[in-house]
Amino acid sequence: MNLKKQPPKPYAGIPGTTVFDAEQSRKGYHLNMFCMSLMKAPNRERFKADERAYLNEWPMSEEQKQAVIERDYNRMIGLGGNIYFLAKIFATDGRSFQYAAALMTGMSQEDYARMMLSGGRAYEPASPQPTEPKEGV
Amino acid sequence: MARITAGISCSHVPAIGAAIDLGKMQEPYWAPLFAGFDFSKRWMETHTPDVVFLVYNDHATSFSLDIIPTFAIGCAPEFAPADEGWGARPVPVVRGAPELAAHISESVIQQDFDLTIVNRMDVDHGLTVPLSLMFGQPKSWPCLVIPFAVNVVQYPPPSGLRCYQLGKALRRAIDSFDADLDVQVWGTGGMSHQLQGPRAGLINKKFDTNFLDKIVADPDALTRIPREQYLREAGSEGIELVMWLIMRGALEGPVREVHRFYHVPASNTAVGHLILEPSA
Repeated sequence: MNLKKQPPKPYAGIPGTTVFDAEQSRKGYHLNMFCMSLMKAPNRERFKADERAYLNEWPMSEEQKQAVIERDYNRMIGLGGNIYFLAKIFATDGRSFQYAAALMTGMSQEDYARMMLSGGRAYEPASPQPTEPKEGV
Repeated sequence: MARITAGISCSHVPAIGAAIDLGKMQEPYWAPLFAGFDFSKRWMETHTPDVVFLVYNDHATSFSLDIIPTFAIGCAPEFAPADEGWGARPVPVVRGAPELAAHISESVIQQDFDLTIVNRMDVDHGLTVPLSLMFGQPKSWPCLVIPFAVNVVQYPPPSGLRCYQLGKALRRAIDSFDADLDVQVWGTGGMSHQLQGPRAGLINKKFDTNFLDKIVADPDALTRIPREQYLREAGSEGIELVMWLIMRGALEGPVREVHRFYHVPASNTAVGHLILEPSA
């Protein structure tokens, strides 16, 4: 299908944030449905026994499979993963939401937990866009 | 006739459920959080409703990417606590209110809100954690529950304005049900939190405090907050707060703030909680 260029999304450019919209959902359908399958104990066992073989049963891209094997959650999100679905992977690994959140921020879990205890990550309003100098001025 | 006796809002963090189920409520990390619900449990003993209309979101549990309903009403006689990947929570089965749920479906759809009717569904922490916070750990839940799931997983969720108007339609539906029933409407989820990406851990107390103030005194102002502002200022998962506006719409008019609690953190999340009663 030949699609015209779409206008920019009003939520593009929120720092450190990928909004799970229809485009991401379409990209990540099989990745997320693979995650969903991990809600069943027998599937978790098969996945743990041979991750690559289990992933190969799903029509996911090689990049998506590799990101799962490497537990690179930021990359999985970029490739269409949604955090509530990806949670099934770290639950299978016996890890918590806070573990995964720390990993995605690049902080140690201790530092992340300390940040949360002292009130969380502060919200920083976007600085106003610098005005482009006008040509010839 | 059935009547709405109170509105309750409450966050629904999964780690809170785990803390309850594993007996960690007295630990220093959790004790201040649960202390905020001591009053609520006592209040509930004298204000137990017949039915709770519980607005929450499913977290990739009963709804995968195969079907994503914007508004889904649970009309079944019962709903089992879901296995979310680490075994089901050891909490009682949730008993539904099929006659009232069917009446609400018919009424609200005829008021132009196109609900999805669900006759079989497991319920996840989004629904069971608020029940645990308000009722503790009883052998069976002391009232019937109508689960009402809102899509806040795939953008765009319904707007705050749409949720508020739905609450008003819900009010008319409940008011017109011919049975002597006390009904509470609960709006769950939020407050500010972000679970994904390099900005995970975001908390915005200023946003949350304003939201708590306005949902009591000036809910119309909240209906003008666009989705992008929730995402930006309350975090990508903070947009769950639109669900509180269904509760507030159902109360309509002025309310009395019976109880307010705010606490950071529960795992990654700012926990907010209100008990509101309609002003007589």
